[in-house]
Parts: sequence; structure tokens; C-alpha cells
Amino acid sequence: MSVNRRALVMLVLLAVPASLAIAVWNGSVDIPSPRLLAALFGGGDAIDREILWGLRAPRALSAFACGALLALAGTLLQALLRNPLADPFLLGISGGAAAGSLTGMLVGAALALQHVFAFAGAAFAAASVFAFSLRPSGWNAYRVILAGVALSAGFGAVVSLLLSLAPAAQVHGMLFWLMGDLSGATNPLPAWIVLGITAVLAQFQAAPLDLLALGDDKARSLGVAVLAAQSITFGCASLATMAAVLLAGSIGFVGLVTPHLLRLLGVHHHRLLLPLSAATGGSMLTIADTLARSIQAPVGLPVGIVTALIGVPVLLVLLARMRG
Amino acid sequence: MIAARGLSIALADRALIQNLDIEIKAGECWAVLGRNGSGKSSLLLAMAGLRRPSAGEVRLRERSIGQWPRRELAKMVSIVLQDESADYWGSTLDYVMLGRYPRSRTAYSEDPALRNQALSLLGELDLDGHEAQPYRTLSGGERQRARIAQSLMQDTECLLLDEPLQHLDLKHQLAVMQALARRATAGRAVLMALHEPAMASRLCGHVILLYDSGRALHGRIAEMLTLNNLESLYQCRLEPADRSDIQVFVPR
Repeated sequence: MSVNRRALVMLVLLAVPASLAIAVWNGSVDIPSPRLLAALFGGGDAIDREILWGLRAPRALSAFACGALLALAGTLLQALLRNPLADPFLLGISGGAAAGSLTGMLVGAALALQHVFAFAGAAFAAASVFAFSLRPSGWNAYRVILAGVALSAGFGAVVSLLLSLAPAAQVHGMLFWLMGDLSGATNPLPAWIVLGITAVLAQFQAAPLDLLALGDDKARSLGVAVLAAQSITFGCASLATMAAVLLAGSIGFVGLVTPHLLRLLGVHHHRLLLPLSAATGGSMLTIADTLARSIQAPVGLPVGIVTALIGVPVLLVLLARMRG
Repeated sequence: MIAARGLSIALADRALIQNLDIEIKAGECWAVLGRNGSGKSSLLLAMAGLRRPSAGEVRLRERSIGQWPRRELAKMVSIVLQDESADYWGSTLDYVMLGRYPRSRTAYSEDPALRNQALSLLGELDLDGHEAQPYRTLSGGERQRARIAQSLMQDTECLLLDEPLQHLDLKHQLAVMQALARRATAGRAVLMALHEPAMASRLCGHVILLYDSGRALHGRIAEMLTLNNLESLYQCRLEPADRSDIQVFVPR
């Protein structure tokens, strides 16, 4: 591993605690650092402890898990589909979740039930794409993309229909959900569990994903169980996307940009690209969410706006500096 | 070592190969000649176990090729495909090291002995100094040699190559043919699809001629590469070049 590569790994790993600390240290209520430190170790003021452990920590951990899941899903899909434009929302999963979740809101379902609706929509979308893409001869990336785009368009129409049917009072909440919003994310545990499972499963696919870049036949001739590798990859990407969308709605850009960011910095092998993507995506979204709720505090902005505002210029600068 | 038994291959209901029986023994180097679309690539894919034949079977070490587990097969048979994706972002050395995947289970070994082996293969194919260069920035001919180096890195007893000489200049055509002939001399079985009968007659011992409508001739190269056979194979007029030791024909 070169010196530069090692420095990059260190930087990305340091960004994880740094971003979480920044997220926890900032909020609409200004708490001085000594009191926060006391609350962090279980002492200090009861209200401080409640703000730290009941509000800020869950929110920061939700943001991190969400960003990590989306970045992981994006990296997996870009490798699976051999397409640099692939992102977690290409598969129609977020569209399915949105249609489900908005239906839940419209019929006035309780929050927990809204999640069930969203999960059903997302699972339906993932299963449809899977069914359309699998042929006896094998997996077909072209079919995945077309089926995903078609389903996304269909769900987009359903979402528009639901928005036009919804009473005005509900539209604001729905729009926030659609733009991606972490203010309702209070329980990060399920997302972290999914993140743990998918990250480990994906890591076992790191070498096969490198070989799949050479083409299906070549990978097969080098001993890769191509269909199994592709199915596991698709499953991990779907699961990660679902967990992120259920936690925070459709937050764009993290999944598309994070892997490119790392590739432009010279990370190509998936055994390094996968974990670094997850760490970078998590840190980026944690920072973005801190900004989103600080810029106009106490009114929070949808975090999706901030990720785009930061991510687009960063990517363009790196692209301009790329050689070849 | 590797054999076709009653092998038939059809593509979109067109018979490419019918009832082919060949056996490539250890130490033999075979060429497949035929016009475009005559089934050379399909034959190689079937021999590699990547396409199911319409009838018959390919046998490797007296066992049907479909019965070998994928990874075991990858330790015994390598194939250089006619078209391979150039979408590999790593270095040329990393690309060659991928050939170790069937044996090491990681894509990139840090083992210095294996690294040296990869470097010496790059040297054998005249790619010294390119090891750190990104694979996708190599020229077409350099990339072709890197693909062959990767295949040699796989270190299999049976080497299949679909047009290994494409994109190569004369010097490197010879370098690749000699590298493959050395593998055959060392006891490997080599089968390659070629468009260069002269190269085949210089460095291969046997040849398969694939005609239209599934007909095929095969045998020792000295007996097979006759003016009549080649004229009917390529369907153009040829004349012998002025050589006494081997048969070379040039278009008239």
C-alpha cells in the first residue's frame, strides 16, 4: 500500500469519529463543551443528558448509518451493473418505498404502520427488478437498468398522484420525506444492524466484484461463481437501500458520488473501496445533516439539499483535476 | 488431456460444428483455422466449459467438463477471450495478478514470489516497465499481451486462446507464439484460434480446419495445410511462397 493510500485510509477513518463529534456538539440549544463532556460520560445535568443521548446521538448515528448504507449500495451497484451512473435509486427501491410510505400517510396510518407500507413498496420494487433481470442464461445488467428505470418512472407517477390527492396539511410532510429528511429518525439500531450485515457480506464479494469488471465469461473462467456473486451483490445493495430509505426517505447523491470520489482519489480495489465508501458516505451525511439543522436553526432543511450543495462542487473539482 | 467427444455446436439453429472428435494431449499445440463466423470462438467457449454444446461433450482428465467445480476448472483451464472488457481501473501488474485468483482466493496477493512471477511474465511478453501503468491506458497491442500474461499467470495445464495475435505487430506476434510454444514444450496443452496459417505452420503441431455447415478437418499441420485445403477453407486463390522447409501460402 502506497504512502498516499495509507494517508487516505487514515483520513477517512479519522473522519468517522470527527463527524459524529461535530454532529453531537452542534444543535439548536447551545450547550458548552464541559457540560456536554459530563453528559457524555453519564454525569452532569439531566436535561443535557436527554438532549445528548435522546436527541443528538440517535440523530447523528442515524445520519451516519444512512450515508454508509447508501454509499455501500452505490458502490455495489456500480460494480454489478458496470455502470458509473448506477446509484441506489436506480433500482426503483426508493420509489417503491416512497409510494408505500405516502400511501400510509394518506390513509392516516400510524408511524410504525407507515414503515410497513414503505417496506412493502421497497420490497415489491426490488423483487420485480430481480425477477425481470434474471434469465436462465444468467444475469443481465441491461435488464436491471431498464427494469429499474421503468419502475422508478411508474412509482414517480404514483407519488405525484398521491401528492395531488393529499390534503394540503399533509403535503409538507410528504415533500420532506421525498427530499430526504432525518428529523424523524430516532432509532438508528435497525439501520446499523443492516449496515453490519451488508458490509460483511459485501466484503466477501470484494474480489469477485473486481473480477466481474473483466466480463461475466472471463470472471467465470477465473473461477468466480458469477450468478451467486451477482445475486448476493444485488441482495446487499437492495437491503442497504431499503434500510436507508426507511430511516430517512430518499437522500440523493451520497450513493452516486461517494464511490466516484474515492476512485478519483485512486482507490479501485473493492476490498478497500467498499469499507472506505461506507465510512466516507457516513461521515459526509453526518456533516451534511449537522449543517442542514444548523443553517436555519431551529428550522431544519432537508438534508438532501445540503448533500447536493456540497457533493456537486467537490466531485466537479476532482473531475477537473483527474488525469487521463 | 482435454478432448471433444461427438461435439456439436449450433448458434441460432445454424450448425457450426458437427460431431467433432479431437483430443489435445499434454505437450501439443493446436491451431483452429476458419473463416469469420465459422465457429472458432464457439468451439473455444465450449472447450472452456463456458457454453453448453448442442450435443456431445468436452472431457477434461476423463471427466465431463460440466462436472468440475468452477474453481477447480479455473486451476486447469484458462481462456483468453476475443473481446474482454477494458474497464479495469487498477495497474497492469494487478491485472496480471488476477490470474492467481483461482488458487489464492484473494484478487491481489502480496506474496513477493508471485509478484516476481507476474513481473517475469510481463518481461516475457515485452511489457517491462509497464507494471505500474493503469491497465486501461495501455495501447491495444500492449493490452492484448497483458491479457495473455494474466492467462499464463493462471498457470493451467490447458490453455485456450481466441485470436491471441489480434492487435499485435509482427515482432510481438512471434513473441506471443513462442511463449505459447514454450508452454506446450513444457507439457501444457494449447489450443488457439488463429487467422495466420503461416504462424500456425511454424509453431503448432496440429490444426483444426472449420468449414461451413459444420464440417471440420483435423490432423498434423504438415498434412493439413495444403494449398487445396486452405483455398477451400478461405475461399480465395493462394499460391505457395518460395520456401522448402514449411508450407507458406500468400494470396494471389
